[in-house]
Amino acid sequence: MSHHLVRLEDVHFSYPDGTPALRGVSFELHHGESVGLVGANGAGKSTLLLHLAGVLFPSSGRIRVGDWPVTSETLGNVRRSLGLVFQDPDDQLFMPTVADDVAFGPLNLGLPLEEVATRLSGALERVGAAGLGPRPAYRLSGGEKRAAAIASVLAMSPDVLVMDEPSSGLDPAARRRLIGLLRSFEHTKIVATHDLDLVMDVCARTVVLREGGVAADGPTASIFGDSALLEACHLEKPLRLQGCPRCGE
Amino acid sequence: MTRTDGITAALSHLGRLDELAGANTPIARVDPRAKLVTTAAFLVTVASYGRLEVSALLPLAAFPLALFALGDVPLRPILSRMALVAPFAVLVGAFEPFLDRQPLGTFGPVVVTAGWASFASIFLRFALSVSAALLLVATTGLDAVAAALAWFRVPRVLIVQLLFLYRYLFVLSEEVARSLRAHALRSPDHPSPRLRIAGSMLGQVLLRTLERAQRIHVAMLCRGFDGEVRLRRPLRARLSDFAFIACWCAYFGLCRAANLPRLLGIAVHGAG
Repeated sequence: MSHHLVRLEDVHFSYPDGTPALRGVSFELHHGESVGLVGANGAGKSTLLLHLAGVLFPSSGRIRVGDWPVTSETLGNVRRSLGLVFQDPDDQLFMPTVADDVAFGPLNLGLPLEEVATRLSGALERVGAAGLGPRPAYRLSGGEKRAAAIASVLAMSPDVLVMDEPSSGLDPAARRRLIGLLRSFEHTKIVATHDLDLVMDVCARTVVLREGGVAADGPTASIFGDSALLEACHLEKPLRLQGCPRCGE
Repeated sequence: MTRTDGITAALSHLGRLDELAGANTPIARVDPRAKLVTTAAFLVTVASYGRLEVSALLPLAAFPLALFALGDVPLRPILSRMALVAPFAVLVGAFEPFLDRQPLGTFGPVVVTAGWASFASIFLRFALSVSAALLLVATTGLDAVAAALAWFRVPRVLIVQLLFLYRYLFVLSEEVARSLRAHALRSPDHPSPRLRIAGSMLGQVLLRTLERAQRIHVAMLCRGFDGEVRLRRPLRARLSDFAFIACWCAYFGLCRAANLPRLLGIAVHGAG
C-alpha cells in the first residue's frame, strides 16, 4: 500500500456547459489524517468530493485512492475504500427502513448475511442509532437522518470517510453530538463544510479552495489565524477565534 | 385541510404498505416466492371466470381475507388504496347494464339483467385482484417481491424499473408538495396554481426531480449498486411454504371446478 491514502495531481474539471470548476487541484492525504475542505460557495468543494468517489472524472490530472487510480475500471475498489456521506441525507436514504439502508452497501459488497448483520448492528451502534433500524427514514428527525446516513457508509468499512456539509440543518445539540462522533472515528477523513468551528474541533489540517484551486493547505490553527487569507476566500474566522463582541478581547 | 397538506399526508401514507411488511406475522414469514406464485395463481383463477359469474367468485374472497387476518393487516390502508383505483373498474363496467338488458333472473321484486350481473362480476373481480396484489406488497415488502421476481428469472431491467418507479414516486410527490406549498404561501387568495403557472411549475418540478433522482442514483452507485436486488433476509423455502402454495392452489382449483355457493344451496335445500 502506498504511503499516501488519497492523492490528487493537478486535477482540472469543467462542467459540460464549459464552466470551469476545478483548476489544478493537488494535495495528498496520509493515513489517519483529518482534513477540513473549506471555501466559498462555488469554490469547487462538492465537485472535488464527487471526483474522489469517481462520480465525475477529471478533464486532466490524476486521482488516486488507496492503491487504486480513480478510473471507470477501478470504481468498485475505489468505492470500497472511500465512503461518501451526502449533504442531504434524504438523497442517501432510499430504502424502506434504516436497517435496509445500512445493509444496502454491505449486501452489494457480496458479504455473507451473518457479516452483513454484524456490520449493520455495529454501524448503527457506532452512531448511537441502535434503535432506529426498523424505522422508515422519512420519519426520522434531521439529526437521526444524519446519523443513519453516516451509519450506511460506515457499514461498508471504508478507509476514507468523506463528508459533504455534515452539520448543515442540525440543531446545536445534534451538531455537538456529530462533532463528538467524528472525533471518535479513527478513519482518514475529509470534511467539506462552511462550519469552520466544526473544522477546528475535528480536523488538524485544512485545505482552502478558491475558484477551483487550492488557496492554502496547512495546519488548521494557522490557516484560521490568517484573516487576510480568509477574507480573500470569502470566509470568516471561526466564532471562537473572533474577539468578544462586548469587551473586544 | 389545504391541498398541499393533503399531498403531504398522502405522502406519509404512501410508504405505509412497506412498513406493514416489517411485522412478524405468520403470513410475513411465508417465503416471498410462495406468496408471489400463490397470488399469481389467484389472479389467473379470478380472471378465468365467465363474464356473468358472480356467486361462484365469492368463495375466492377467502384468500385475501386470510391474508388480512393472518398477516395482521389493517383494513384502512388497503381499502383506501382500492378506492383510488376503483373508478377504473367502475368505468370499465359502467356501460354493461345499458348494453345488455337481457333478464337473467329475479331477486325478490327486482329483475336482474345480464348487464348488471356482468357489472357486478367485473367489480368483484377488480376487488379480489387489487386487494390480493396490495396484500402481497403489504405482507412481503416491494423489495422482497422484487427479489422473488428475480428468482423466477424476470429480466433484471424490469425489476429495477419497478423498484425505481416506486422509489421515485416518493421523490416526485415530495417535490410537488414543496412547490405547491411555496406557491400557496405567496398566493394567499389563489392557493391552487392557475394553468399558466401550473405549467411552468410542473416543468420546474420535473427538472428538480430529475436532479434529485440523479443524486439518489449516485448515492446508490457509491454504495456498490450494480442493478441486482439483494435482501437482508435470505429467500429460504421450507416445507410449510410448499404446503401454502399447494393448499391454496387446490382451493382455487376447487372453487373453479365447482360452484361452491350453489352446491351449498342445494345441500341446504336438500337437507331442508
